[in-house]
Amino acid sequence: MAAITQLKHFSGGLTLAAHKQPSNILDSGIPNELIYPLLQRADCYAQPIVKTGDAVLKGQLIAHAGSALSTPIHAASSGVIKEIAAHLIAHPSGLTDLCIVISTDGLDTALEPEPCIDYQSESISDLRTKIQQAGIVGLGGAVFPTAKKLAAPQKIDTLIINAAECEPYISCDESLILAHAEQLIQGVLILQYITQAEQCIIALEESMPQAFQALQKATQKEAIQLIRVPEIYPTGGEKQLIQVLTGKKIPAQSLPAEQGMLCQNIGTAYAVYQAIILGVPLTERIITVTGKGIQHSQNIQAKIGTPIKHLIAECQGYTNDVQRLIMGGSMMGIALSSDEIAVTKATNCILALSSEELAAQTQEMPCIRCGDCANVCPVELLPQQLYWYGRSQQLEQCLDYRLLDCIECGCCDIVCPSQIPLVQLFRAIKGEHTIKQQQTAQADLAKIRYQNRQTRFANAEQEKKDKAAKRQAAIDKMKAAAAAKKANKPD
Amino acid sequence: MQFPISSSPFTPRNNSISRVMLHVLYALLPVTAIHSYLFGYGLLIQLLLAVSTALVTESLCLLLRKRAIKPALYDLSAVLSAVLLALAIPSIAPWWVIVSGMVFAIGIGKQVYGGLGYNPFNPAMVGYVFLLISFPLQMSLWQESSNALSLSDSLAIIFANGSVLDGISGATLLDGVKTQLSTGLSLIDIKMLPVDERLNLIPFAYCVGGLWLLHKKIIQWQIPTALILGLCLPATLAYLIDSRQFSSPIFHLVSGATFCAAFFIATDPVTAATSNKGRWIYAGLIGCLIYIIRTWGGYPEGVAFAVLLANLAAPSIDIYTRSKIR
Repeated sequence: MAAITQLKHFSGGLTLAAHKQPSNILDSGIPNELIYPLLQRADCYAQPIVKTGDAVLKGQLIAHAGSALSTPIHAASSGVIKEIAAHLIAHPSGLTDLCIVISTDGLDTALEPEPCIDYQSESISDLRTKIQQAGIVGLGGAVFPTAKKLAAPQKIDTLIINAAECEPYISCDESLILAHAEQLIQGVLILQYITQAEQCIIALEESMPQAFQALQKATQKEAIQLIRVPEIYPTGGEKQLIQVLTGKKIPAQSLPAEQGMLCQNIGTAYAVYQAIILGVPLTERIITVTGKGIQHSQNIQAKIGTPIKHLIAECQGYTNDVQRLIMGGSMMGIALSSDEIAVTKATNCILALSSEELAAQTQEMPCIRCGDCANVCPVELLPQQLYWYGRSQQLEQCLDYRLLDCIECGCCDIVCPSQIPLVQLFRAIKGEHTIKQQQTAQADLAKIRYQNRQTRFANAEQEKKDKAAKRQAAIDKMKAAAAAKKANKPD
Repeated sequence: MQFPISSSPFTPRNNSISRVMLHVLYALLPVTAIHSYLFGYGLLIQLLLAVSTALVTESLCLLLRKRAIKPALYDLSAVLSAVLLALAIPSIAPWWVIVSGMVFAIGIGKQVYGGLGYNPFNPAMVGYVFLLISFPLQMSLWQESSNALSLSDSLAIIFANGSVLDGISGATLLDGVKTQLSTGLSLIDIKMLPVDERLNLIPFAYCVGGLWLLHKKIIQWQIPTALILGLCLPATLAYLIDSRQFSSPIFHLVSGATFCAAFFIATDPVTAATSNKGRWIYAGLIGCLIYIIRTWGGYPEGVAFAVLLANLAAPSIDIYTRSKIR
């Protein structure tokens, strides 16, 4: 693939107020408790290997991945396992689920790390195993296991490192670049070595001049192309970024790897550096704690598992006007019911919104079909039609209008003049679709079972009949023979 | 600490129906001003009558339907329908014309279907066609621009069915051309008609308002463009074939309600097709129908009928123009 000289556009998108304050990174200190939900992604649970009362060290494995789409969990500080019990987790419906809780001892005693000087002397599959064992997932928010993504069967030509942090408020990637440019470039090079990609691109937004300079300095000797992309939300979406860089549209149900491209978040590259070069698992990440509901906005190097209230305290607490607590940015984040919830590997931002920043409760008006939503949709859907069919429960029609391609970016929602909560509706219909699919799958299974049973019975019946017929035939034959014998017998 | 939860996005919204409607109303200010300058107080009186009737009718309907009245009145959609209908009818028509037209437009054209967002037809055009069919005489008497009426004269004409009517009214240019063509005259002879150049200010004012709406991104460019092309392409073709029988595309463009339709009527989102491709077809259809009705139909102006027919086709257009990208 040729070097990228001209950028393309994806359709739609919005220019949003950035609200970003990249800062020096504050170290969060050790909270009293660390909480680790076993639920890693939808339906993927990690398997705990510790029990209540066990002493653990920083970096120690406390749960196995459990399945291919899950990842192992490591303790972020030393202490004792307090319990494995149900706790509130970061979930849009405010669910509670099993969590491992560690009471920290404040000593932060760590396992001896296993550093590696020359990663190129190791085989690619060994490096992938190390990444898997370090519990690394995509830190952009999708939490897909990185080792799994790196094991794409296709030939990868282009490695794209995503630093286009497009969502408002979030500045953790920018702060990471400013603080650790040299190290994360090493992580990028490891990723390039693993994927064997000929070309490597780091994409960052035009609004990050300092980060661009830092990366320029760090990549002087490397064949890495730095690309500044326009500040349009959601440029940071994997498929949107690929479209901006290459003009290629990746269809909804397919992966960039099928086009020879692989995307990794820049935070993930740094985690890879730590896992391979320093030999430490993923137990910390940078989190932006911001919003007007917070006294002092900060980027914090936080231990994964830290309860949010601890991070808030590090930022000198809430202001009087705090209205919502959000994990993630203001467009796609999820509202949390309590600050007792702990941060996870996916948490890039904790946002405490004041009433001034929060969308006001407004009266929902009828849809006037203005099509503003369609004009801003980055995946070229017709949200007005999805709304029309969705509110009348016409699931088939919704699927026809590509409901499942919706990335829930929220663009349609905030431009809607009728103030219709479109994303919420689309999420609900998607949920209904999933339930229906499960039911259909179960019904199909039952049908197959029933059909098999019917055939089995029919076969048995047939066998019985055949046997009876055979027996009857034999009897008849014997009777006939006996009769013949009798007849032949001379009187 | 506990927090309430809600669904993303959390970013404040920057748009509302009333904002959209208000912008369209602002965009109609130039034409209102120029109309009043040319013809006097008639339009302003019609506007007052139309808006108040619309608001009263909307409130009564909502009351009967047991729906909240305030949000529906504040969305300004009824006001916009009223202003469009008042601009569409002769400004010297008696008061009961606009009042009955407005009651029909809001009551039957809009609320019967469920109010804003559910009406298949453009309410202002429903009202206009109702008036055109019911009161053809009052709807064809247009004021001559040579004498702007004073307030008292306007009031007398509108409320007292004034005797001053004689001598100030006449047919529109479209009407005149049609009548004379039917008497066998060719367009070359008709050009002799005295035409007040100042009348061209009206389409110009619609254009100014429309372009401002495009600039403000309240309307999209597809509908005005498609409508103008849909009208001008057949007009140009016919004009090239026989310029003695068929009016020029420029004439079609600047006369009657072409620009009003292109920027203000066909762009009503509720009753238009909703995808960009669908909008091309929808508005192109309106343009073609306007030309057909003006040229061969029974009425001199075809905008209202063209819009209503295209409204009828909009849902089907939406279904057949669905994007197939997968």
